This record gives sequence, C-alpha cells and structure tokens, in this order.
Amino acid sequence: MTGMFGATGSGDTSGFGGLVKSAVSPGSSQRPYGSYFDDVADDLERAYPDFATAIEKVVVYRGELTLHVKRENLVEVALILRDQLRFEMCLGVSGVHYPEDLGRELHAVIPLLSMTHNRRIRLEVSVPQSDPHLPSLVEVWAGSNWNERETFDMFGIIFDGHPGLTRILMPDDWRGHPQLKDYPLGGIPVEYKGATVPPPDERRSYR
Amino acid sequence: MSTFTDPSIDPYTSSRQTTEGTVFSVTGGDWDSLVTEIGATKEERVVVNMGPQHPSTHGVLRLVLELEGETVTELRCGIGYLHTGIEKNAEYRSWTQGVTFVTRMDYLSPLFNEAAYCLGVEKLLGITEDVPERASVIRVLMMELNRISSHMVALGTGALELGALSPMIFCFREREKVLDVFEMISGLRMNMAYIRPGGVAVDLPAGALAKIRETVKELRRDFKDNDKLLIGNTIWMKRTEGVGYLDLAGCTTLGITGPVLRSTGMPWDLRKMAPYSGYENYNFDVITADTCDVYGRFLIRMSELEQSLRIIEQCVEKLEKMEGAPVMVADKKIAWPSQLALGGDGLGNSLDHIREIMGTSMEALIHHFILVTEGFRVPAGQVYTAVESPRGELGVHLVSDGGTRPYRLHFREPSFNNLQSTSAMCEGSLIADVVAAVASIDPVMGGVDR
Repeated sequence: MTGMFGATGSGDTSGFGGLVKSAVSPGSSQRPYGSYFDDVADDLERAYPDFATAIEKVVVYRGELTLHVKRENLVEVALILRDQLRFEMCLGVSGVHYPEDLGRELHAVIPLLSMTHNRRIRLEVSVPQSDPHLPSLVEVWAGSNWNERETFDMFGIIFDGHPGLTRILMPDDWRGHPQLKDYPLGGIPVEYKGATVPPPDERRSYR
Repeated sequence: MSTFTDPSIDPYTSSRQTTEGTVFSVTGGDWDSLVTEIGATKEERVVVNMGPQHPSTHGVLRLVLELEGETVTELRCGIGYLHTGIEKNAEYRSWTQGVTFVTRMDYLSPLFNEAAYCLGVEKLLGITEDVPERASVIRVLMMELNRISSHMVALGTGALELGALSPMIFCFREREKVLDVFEMISGLRMNMAYIRPGGVAVDLPAGALAKIRETVKELRRDFKDNDKLLIGNTIWMKRTEGVGYLDLAGCTTLGITGPVLRSTGMPWDLRKMAPYSGYENYNFDVITADTCDVYGRFLIRMSELEQSLRIIEQCVEKLEKMEGAPVMVADKKIAWPSQLALGGDGLGNSLDHIREIMGTSMEALIHHFILVTEGFRVPAGQVYTAVESPRGELGVHLVSDGGTRPYRLHFREPSFNNLQSTSAMCEGSLIADVVAAVASIDPVMGGVDR
C-alpha cells in the first residue's frame, strides 16, 4: 500500500520530501492583538461578563482574529456581537473535520462582518463527532439557514433549533457526509485501450 | 412504442391521486387540457414545481411555488443539481492545481474565483506583499474585463427571461469581444486558470494592450445600444419597477451582497472597503440605487460596466509603463518553474524551458519535478479572503495543515447566499415577477452548488 518511494501519510507525491508530520495549528495569541482586535476583545469583554469562560482562546493569525467559543455560549455571544458590537452580517458557516483532534473533531467556522465599523472577525466552535450538536444561529442571522444546511449535509453537524435541517447539495437519500476526512473521494476506474486507471483516491499519489 | 392512445389518458398532462391531493405531471404541449382538468377540482391552492429544467430559472434551479390564482403564497428553492464536489476534490490536489478546480465553480466569473483563492493561498504563505505589481495590475485588468462579460450574461439572460430578445443578442455580442481578449491573453475563453498563487500564469502577449484599448472603445460605443433599448423603456419598467423588493435590513440579516445590497442605497463594495490587488490606486465610483427593486439592480449593473471600463483604461496605462516587469514572485520555491508559452492552439509547454531542464541543468530538472509533482508547502493555519465578484462578496476559507494540499477549501459563494432571498422577494407577488426577481439576483448555479 505504500507509494513508490515508501512515503505514507504526508502530502508528498514524489517521495523526495521524506516523511513529514502534519504541523499543528497556531496556538492562542497574547495581548496586544494589534489592529482593531484589541478594541473588539475589550468591547466584548465589557458587554459579556462570561467572556473568560465562554471564549476558550483568541487566535490572531495572518492579520485575522478568531474567537474560539464554547458551544453552550454560542448564541449569547452571537447576539451580543450582532446587537452591541454591530456585526450585522454573518458570512456563512464552514465546517472543518480534524479527526486527530480527539473530542473536538468537528469545527464550525463562522466569519462575521461589521459593515458599521468595517471590521471582520471569525468565530470557531468545536464539537465531538460522537455528539455533533450545535445551537443554530438562524434566529440571529437568517442567512445562516442554507449555510447550516450545507454544513450538516457535508459534515453531519446537527444545528439544534434550525427550522428545517435537511440536505441541500446532496440528494435527500444520500448516506454519509462527504466532506468528512474518512469519507473516500471515490470515483470510477477509467479504462482506455485496455489499460485501467484506478479511481482517483486509489491512485498511488493520493493514498 | 405503442401507437394506440387511450382517449381518456392525456399524453401531456396525466394525473394521479395521492395523499396530498391530485398531482398533475405536465410534460409539455397542451396547456388547455391541464387548465380544464385543474378547473374541475375544488382546490384553490396549486403547488407548481418550476425547474430544474426550465428556460427562465437561470440554470438548474428548482423553484417550488405555492400559488393562489397567480399570486405566490410560498416559495422554496431546490438546489444541488449541479453539485460537483469541487471542495472535496481540491483536498486531493496541490495548491496550484486548486486553481484549475475553483475556476470552474462560478463559470461566469472564473477570474474572480481564481483571484480570491490565490489571494488566500498567498496570505497563508505570507507573500501577499511579494506579488509583483505587474501581476496585480494584470489581475485587476482581467477581473474587470470579467465583470463586464459576467454582467453581460446577467443583463442579457435577464432580459430574455422577461421576453426581450434583442438585449440578449447585443449582450452576447459584447461578451464575445471580451472573451476574445481572454483567449488572446490566456489561451482560453473560460475557466482559464490564469491567476496562480504568486502571480499569473503567463505575461501579456505582444499586441494585447492595443487590442484591449480597441475593445474598450468598441464596448463603450456598443453599450449604448442596450441603454437605448431598456433604460426608460415603458414595458421594461413595468416588469421591473417595484418588483423583487428587498430592503437593507433584509439584506443584512440574509447576508446579501453585491448589486442587490447596493440597490438599497448602501455603497458597500469591497474594492473600496477592503481593497486588494491595489484597487485603492484606481479611480472609480461605487454605483448605488435606492429603489431596492429589480430596476435598480439593472441600472447598477449597466452603470458598473462604465466603471469597469474606466479601471481597465487605468490598468492599460500602468501596464504600458511596466513592460517586461516580472509577473510571478521571485521565490523559486513557490513560483511555477516555467512560464508557459502561448502557441496558436492555446497555452502549452515552453520549449526553452524544456531545453534547459532536459539538456543543461540537472538541478533545474529536480526542482521542476518536485514543484510540479509534489508542489510547495503552505504553513499551517486558516485564512478568509474576500473579493468583490460581480455577484457580491466571494469569500474563500482556506485551511492548511502545513502540507502540499489544501486541508479544507470552502467558498462563500455570493450566488448561494443571495439565492436565499428569493422567498423574501417573491412571496406575495405575481408568478411572473418571480422570474424577474431571480434574474435580478443573477445566481450562477455552478457557484451555488459547487
């Protein structure tokens, strides 16, 4: 099952790069965060007394601010961000699957935009795959509706309180959630003039 | 097939009884017999399934309409008919190959997809500042040309769906000129994968700037044909004024951006609010309307054409002064090893480059081999970058685990988000206005479904 050069598990398709371990995500940041991020954090701390317990960590990376929020507090934080910090617009929900991040395998990433202040931040919530429940944000930003349906469809995150959580991109009777890392890419073998090329995820370079 | 027909069975509008009531399947042809049969039932409420194959749903969009007479009481969209799994596929390809995938999402604005994606990869790499200025100007030039070709389809098909044929012919005539420029520069008319992480695939060919100048002149002259046909046209205004109403509060809560948001009077344009690729160095205006309706959105698109032409002219001026400057980052660990050569049949291998790696330098060959097969590594982390596409905020959420492929790629598609507003725009209106409202959103199903 190993590739031609014996490399497995890395992104290496040639073998020359050797075995490379996946790097870890950047850790939590220390103050000052820079830019308008300190203002946002201060405002949120002032408006939300449970800041210290609800916000697990604050990450500033590549000039972007990410607030890691506990799922129990997600709706409260979202309401304060919308009403008091003027993050009027939610730009969707993007799921990410980290199978090695045990107990917090599924992440939902929610970019927010404040048109009043021209500021952007991002919320990140994580849930275990064994209990993939998140509170829905449709009541806060109506536009989350389809985005949450897509994240449910692709990752199996269940948004409690969503008005109609059904599949949106895949057929209604589809099994499984295609964007999970253990869901195969699939495809069909291609036969051309007698030679058979295996489906994409079974080709050497993609193992 | 049998040639006998049972006179009691209508070949076009068969009906069957279900627990939900009588279901009619209309397969074309005889509208009269359907109306007679529906008239016989006592139901006032009719549920009509419009699409996914329907000439005026702007692509494979399915609309489920609940009607009372001609009034829409409820509207639901069915999407997913063009889902191709691009986001999943990209996780199995290198960062450079990703461009070839994302360009195929929203197929009317391929260069915006490429630009948003490449800006994201560059941000993760931390080389945003290192992208050569000439490459940025070429990106802006290509994006603005693309905005014109995309708006041309929006306006042309929108008019066609409302029964106006001539604007469509004019619009596609103009679009063709823009596609000719794309073909000259990138070798392809659509899905060109021209913008690459670190710059662009190939420099402008000789004579491109003269051709663009010529095209700009022609476009400015020919846009007047559509202006004369539609602006102030009584029939057109009756079909579009006050139709598809959505105000600022509706737009913010639903996450609507682009011309729909600007038709509420909000001058929100990322080119001004969060400039990228040097947009702060160009003179142009953000066009708004205050009518919140289909006519306002139509006027915005018409006026944005002129603004794009202005930006293109400024790009051409800048490019003339930067002849011969690099169009790809200097870092050889990231830049694609060879510049492609543009031949008569499109982009292809550069023979000079092949001669060098095969005949003269073993190191260059190894370097080429690693970059092309394995690709470059991108530091772990996540970014979100956004550009102002013809339809609104096109955002890219990229996650890297430090490897040579995207760990997660997600497009925040303006078409996908804007399409959510159809219910708010159409419920309570006439069924004919649904077509106008959907056309004014300008959803591209390739982008919606990805």
